[in-house]
Amino acid sequence: MAAIGEADARGLFIARSRWRWEETLFWLAAAASYVVFPGHLVLVTQALISGLFAVSLDLMLGYTGIASMGHAAFFGIGAYTAGILAAHGYGDPLLGLLAGALLAGAFGALCSLLVARLHGVALLMVTLGIGLLCYEIANRANDITGGDDGLQGMVVGPVLGLFPFDIDGRVGFIYAFIVVFGLYLVARRIVNSPFGLTLVGIRENVRRVPALGIGVGGQVMVIFTVAAAMAGIAGALLAETTQFIALEVLGFDRSISVLISLVLGGIGSLIGGMIGAVVFTVTRDQLAAMDPVYWNFWMGLILCAIVLSGAGGIMGLLRRVSGGRR
Amino acid sequence: MLISLVNVLINGLAYGVLLFLMAGGLSVTMGLMGFANLAHGALAMLGGYILVMLMNGHGWGFIPALGAATVGAAAAGIVVERTIYRRLYRGAELDQVLLTIGIVSMTVAAATYIWGAQPEAVHLPAWLDGRVHAGGIDVGTYRLFLIVLGGALTVGLVLGIDKTSFGAKVRAAVDNRRMTLSCGIDVDRLFTLAFAIGSALAGLGGGLAVSLVGLDPNFAVKYLVFLLMVVVVGGLGSIKGTLAAAVALGVCDVTGKYYVPQVGAFILYAMTVAILLWRPRGLFGR
Repeated sequence: MAAIGEADARGLFIARSRWRWEETLFWLAAAASYVVFPGHLVLVTQALISGLFAVSLDLMLGYTGIASMGHAAFFGIGAYTAGILAAHGYGDPLLGLLAGALLAGAFGALCSLLVARLHGVALLMVTLGIGLLCYEIANRANDITGGDDGLQGMVVGPVLGLFPFDIDGRVGFIYAFIVVFGLYLVARRIVNSPFGLTLVGIRENVRRVPALGIGVGGQVMVIFTVAAAMAGIAGALLAETTQFIALEVLGFDRSISVLISLVLGGIGSLIGGMIGAVVFTVTRDQLAAMDPVYWNFWMGLILCAIVLSGAGGIMGLLRRVSGGRR
Repeated sequence: MLISLVNVLINGLAYGVLLFLMAGGLSVTMGLMGFANLAHGALAMLGGYILVMLMNGHGWGFIPALGAATVGAAAAGIVVERTIYRRLYRGAELDQVLLTIGIVSMTVAAATYIWGAQPEAVHLPAWLDGRVHAGGIDVGTYRLFLIVLGGALTVGLVLGIDKTSFGAKVRAAVDNRRMTLSCGIDVDRLFTLAFAIGSALAGLGGGLAVSLVGLDPNFAVKYLVFLLMVVVVGGLGSIKGTLAAAVALGVCDVTGKYYVPQVGAFILYAMTVAILLWRPRGLFGR
């Protein structure tokens, strides 16, 4: 193959990072929901936060090929960091986000050292084990986390010292929207950079990447840390906008829900993670309100249908409909 | 002190044997056939409900009901394997995991719909209900029964996989499917049969579990984590490893709950992660 010139390479990255119509549409619709669904802003906010959480998993699973059944560990660490700070008088929202990102990111870096050489079933089981461990620690550390009863007594201050959170969730929505959108842009920048291409290389063939003179371990550690920090921010956002933390933020259910959201939207496309999470969160809210038992049944059925059809989720379907346009 | 320790150890052993019965089939499907079947706990739950239904609703005896639970779970296993799992044998592990989680989720909902969310219980026959006293040691007869039955089944399984031509064929098919086919062995049928045996064990374990740990629609999820830990820690596809891990985890869990209840399941999870980091293929992994 002929060597690619610098101009060609630049063209490649420009082409990769072009905004697609579904991305534009999604974010316009998300912004418009402030006007269209003023009565459901709390739900929309939670959907956006789940979207950020799904995007953070997509960086690991979709782009780098590292599956995880314990991604809620990072989400929960972020949530508890922001929550415990707020319960002890440090209620500045941005401080909570930053601290949540730092702690979750640090834990992610540590975990990346542990799981870097695992793959397949062992990887799934170790990530599952790490998730369960974090849940159990939070459950037992009653004095700090409130254990099974959840963390009480959070006092979250106004955003930037100017905008206090209101009962309708208006400020919460705008705050979450800006943070999630900003981090979405960061994630976009990452996957469309040379580093992002390296990640895809690791996913496709982990043995050939070192042959290009790139160390796999370092790259995996970086993306693991970034993904964990992002999940931590998502958790901190949830804690701040709901002003309460249930132990469930660390639960197995949450790790599985985010996987399902991602698969539903389409693994390996950031906007797919957002769309899947929104569809999942809203559907669950509607169906679970009717009957939690039936919700389980339908969720299972949807999951089986997605896997067996092999369509690649909502994004896969969209691409097929629009004639393979990427 | 020493005697209470012995009592706790025997209880732990009985629990470990129960885990082994349910995890044995999972070890075969995951290890030998390379299929991550998270719905295995659902098959065990089905066995439990068959036992409860027959004993409480139709007045069956314990042993015949246990037999029916075994056969029922095996039949269900064959149906799922033939219709759904077969398509994913060559698929990615994540797809298998997601599909089987979907099946678990549907099973839990269906079990709640059919049998209700309340916990179920059965009355054991008199010859299993008593306690055995010997030299200060005091153990439920049912636990001894479990240990004996589990021991016998373990010997049967180990010999079955290591020494019979059936075991040799399964191992051959896993190592090289095409070569095995060209030797004139019907691999599809072989896998269905292996799957049926694993499901039968799950059904038997589920039936036996009702009297020891109880039964409700969340059984399929609650024990799934334990079963996965047992299989992975023991080493995929190794029956001896599964047994060792099941007994170790069972004893650790029961002793831990007895002596340091405030720590809870923490020791178990930490142990699992530590063992897997030390040996990613498990204790007896190939």
